[in-house]
Amino acid sequence: MNWELIFGQLKWTSIVFSGAILNPSLSEFIASGAGAIAVLGAIAALILLTVKGWWVPLWRDWLTSVDHKKVGIMYIAIALVMFARAVIEAALIRAQQLSAYDSPGFLSADHFGQLFSTHGTIMIFFVAMPFITGLMNYVMPLQIGARDVSFPLLNAISLMLTLAGAILMMVSLVIGQFSTGGWTAYPPFTGIKFSPGEGVDYWIWAVSLGSIGSTLTGLNFAVTIYKKRCPGMTLFRMPLFCWTTLCTSILMIFAMAPLTAATIMLALDRYAGFHFFTNGDGGNMMNYANLFWLFGHPEVYILILPAFGVWSEIVATFSSKRIYGYTSLVYATMCIAVLSFAVWLHHFFTMGQSANVNAVFGIATMVIGVPTGVKVYDWLLTMVGGRIRFTTPMLFHINFLLTFILGGMTGVLLANPGIDFQVHNTLFLVAHFHNMIIPGVLFGMFAAVQFWFPKAFGFRLHEGLGRASFWCFAPGFLLAFFPLYWLGLMGATRRTYMWSDPTYLPWLALAMAGAVLILTGFALMVTQIVVSVRRRAQLAAPLGDPWDGRALEWSIPSPPPDWNFAVLPEVSSRDAFYEAKKAGTAYRSPAGYEDIEVPRNTATAPLIGLFACAWAFGLVWQIWWLVVVSFVLMWAVVIARSFARDTEETIPAATVKAAHEAFLAAVRATPGVTRDQEMTAANRGRAIPEGLEGGSGALSSDSAVGVSR
Amino acid sequence: MTSRQIVRLLAAAVPGVAWPGIACAGSFLEPAGPVAAAQISHLGVISALMLIVIVPMFVALPIVLLRYRRGGKGTYRPDWEFNWGLEILIWAVPVALVLALGTALWKHTLQNDPYRPLGPDPLVVEVVALDWKFLFLYPEQGVATLDLLALPQGRPVTLKLTSGTVMQSFIVPSLAGQIYAMGGMQTQLNLLADQSGDFTGRNTQYNGLGFATQSFTTRVMSPSAFEDWVDATKAQGTALDAAGYQSLLPASVVHTPVLYGSFEPGLFDQVIASFAPRMGHGAAAAPATSETPHHSMPMPETGQ
Repeated sequence: MNWELIFGQLKWTSIVFSGAILNPSLSEFIASGAGAIAVLGAIAALILLTVKGWWVPLWRDWLTSVDHKKVGIMYIAIALVMFARAVIEAALIRAQQLSAYDSPGFLSADHFGQLFSTHGTIMIFFVAMPFITGLMNYVMPLQIGARDVSFPLLNAISLMLTLAGAILMMVSLVIGQFSTGGWTAYPPFTGIKFSPGEGVDYWIWAVSLGSIGSTLTGLNFAVTIYKKRCPGMTLFRMPLFCWTTLCTSILMIFAMAPLTAATIMLALDRYAGFHFFTNGDGGNMMNYANLFWLFGHPEVYILILPAFGVWSEIVATFSSKRIYGYTSLVYATMCIAVLSFAVWLHHFFTMGQSANVNAVFGIATMVIGVPTGVKVYDWLLTMVGGRIRFTTPMLFHINFLLTFILGGMTGVLLANPGIDFQVHNTLFLVAHFHNMIIPGVLFGMFAAVQFWFPKAFGFRLHEGLGRASFWCFAPGFLLAFFPLYWLGLMGATRRTYMWSDPTYLPWLALAMAGAVLILTGFALMVTQIVVSVRRRAQLAAPLGDPWDGRALEWSIPSPPPDWNFAVLPEVSSRDAFYEAKKAGTAYRSPAGYEDIEVPRNTATAPLIGLFACAWAFGLVWQIWWLVVVSFVLMWAVVIARSFARDTEETIPAATVKAAHEAFLAAVRATPGVTRDQEMTAANRGRAIPEGLEGGSGALSSDSAVGVSR
Repeated sequence: MTSRQIVRLLAAAVPGVAWPGIACAGSFLEPAGPVAAAQISHLGVISALMLIVIVPMFVALPIVLLRYRRGGKGTYRPDWEFNWGLEILIWAVPVALVLALGTALWKHTLQNDPYRPLGPDPLVVEVVALDWKFLFLYPEQGVATLDLLALPQGRPVTLKLTSGTVMQSFIVPSLAGQIYAMGGMQTQLNLLADQSGDFTGRNTQYNGLGFATQSFTTRVMSPSAFEDWVDATKAQGTALDAAGYQSLLPASVVHTPVLYGSFEPGLFDQVIASFAPRMGHGAAAAPATSETPHHSMPMPETGQ
């Protein structure tokens, strides 16, 4: 019996637990422990679903759903689960580096290599990307007054491909080893000659699935913004979050392709003896570096631009004021998006190209600092003339302004080839990009969760615990990463599992303390969610507008109905909902209701995701029958779907009317709250705008009953 | 005081104020040559210039938060959204700053091009990056070492780098910045040591299990001591032939430097040529040229 025909390269020794038996050591026990957590977590989830009888609702209401809101929530759920893994890996990295002064520490060099590779890969592709994608999914259609994205099924397929990649990352924890080539996977080290085995293949296929999903997302969102805006919503009336979503979508369309090309070429090198990036035989690893960073630099802006959008929404809302310099912010965002394609070479100033080339790319990099600086000062000026409330999202924003500008300074330092020559590949670089991504993107997403959670679930998050988590996260970040700047200047290289320089120790200890604080912050955030769910009756804000919001998403119930808007809104200005509240025209009954068509749920997307995951697993372990079967099944699902004609269902006007009139009646029956009561149980989601307390009669509870349209 | 002097003063102050702790040997914070010295002072200049946009934020934000907090003294103007004067200011200041920064960058980058020799008659050392060690070849002196870079003080040095394995990044932080060493290609790094002593050098590009310990000693000595060192190495070291080079290829960590009294001439070019494409008509035999100004792959004329 030829077992290889059935199991490919998979052997019983591939299971992580065999390592702890065959070669017992702390490093192996940690690996097995991580594997055990993954397995037990999966088993616990299965048991929970069975005991609670949640299988059917999970399949019917979530996995098969093509509703952009549910897709968005599932994306964010993936991001949070993956974040839990990658942040623990980060703490292990910190602990190892602290314990490994002139000794090997407690992790093996190989285990450490896998840790920094999975940490980076997960944080970028399976935390940051799903987080921003989920947020854009949830918020953007609501802000432009649309009922869904342009291609809802494609949206669900993007999600399932990302999920397939994330599952592959989790499988690598239990079966086999992961790559030690870092999240960038530079060949020739990741070529078959220097990295035989399944590790790099896990990286290739997990990232490829994610990147294809993101390309489709980019196309989908760009088309949605171009085609699905509600009447009157010109581009320059869109909320800034929609602008940044548009820029990110365009970047996704153009930037993900080089990554997919690079991973496929690396796969051809490894599987089929090609020589794109090999040492010799015509291969050149610098072609990989160019392709990777042609993706990698725009990727940075793919991540940060949606966060910029979030910051714009948050600063305006919690300053109760119009955003300062809207047009300026739009142009600055577009400038950043375009320039992001012109700077990729600064990731390898050290390649040995001419000084002129380096100077050009260095200056191009600095030029990006101009629109970014403008944005930072636009946010500051937005607060001028406002009435600032120090809510959790606003605390994250203030922290962002101060730390991000320091990260910008070190970015400008790194843009200088002469300085980069010294600090490239050191912890200075590590500190810099964490300085941009953590206070910028990650905290931006955390702030966004605090901000839009009541919209998605109908109740607010516990404010006290939110602030407590902020007060761990913000100083935790400073402690964890500012010492790394200094260590980098002292010459400490990245991806190094042991040291021989005693002067590093105090700084590594500070960084470790920071990592502990960040872990505490995350634990508090999880606690906050759990506590808020328990106290949801007290925190309920079903009327949709807990923060005195400005854009259209706050004008509808929380959580919004499947069809989002009972009647498509018509807008005539920016901040349409805020202006309507001010003018007393919010919450009016529409003249009439019509039937609404919404896409039916379908098993297409989860089946494609399932087969894609099996296909990738087969490729990793070279189980060729599985590769063929799952590939055929994947396309069979696509073909079968093309014959389905009954893909939409109609929601009768009467249903829509009943639901919407009930909502409007509830709004009218509820007295609005001022910002003083924002964090009290009185805040059911009807806001009295700042400055109009007791003023305009339009805001009293019984007057807004007029009929528009 | 001219603006240039102010900038210099700030540049000097920044390392002292913002970077607490002791600078350690083996980093560019304690430069031992003009290239590293120029890099650290450039770092100071750029940091000082950047304060122009950073300080206002740190000053203005607390004031704004205090004044416009809910219940603060600031006037509530919910519809205020634009002011031409401020608009011009927030665009013009960064633009002007980038002009200044860009000029500084351009000058520094061209002046400190790693390919620009630092004087006449440089000492040429050929560097082959191997897995978890560096091989240094001295074609002029005819000696070679493993994990020991001996240099004469005050004489310009031209390092020619390639890799016998995966891509690596070579650096001696006290002397100059890093540059990649890549298989089948050659890069160059010029440096000069104006202090004698031992300085750490290392690979910064992850290349497997031994990466953390892939460092070497750069020993800068007086010109006469260097001559003595060469003579002693010639006398005591073994010879490095092609077979000896092959035996270095398996990955290993070198704990004590190895000295070779002689090495096979042309070894460096052979290492590069060993990666040449094997298609075409005996193209692999063509020796690689090491005269090209910037990194280049030896491309055979045939087989294109």
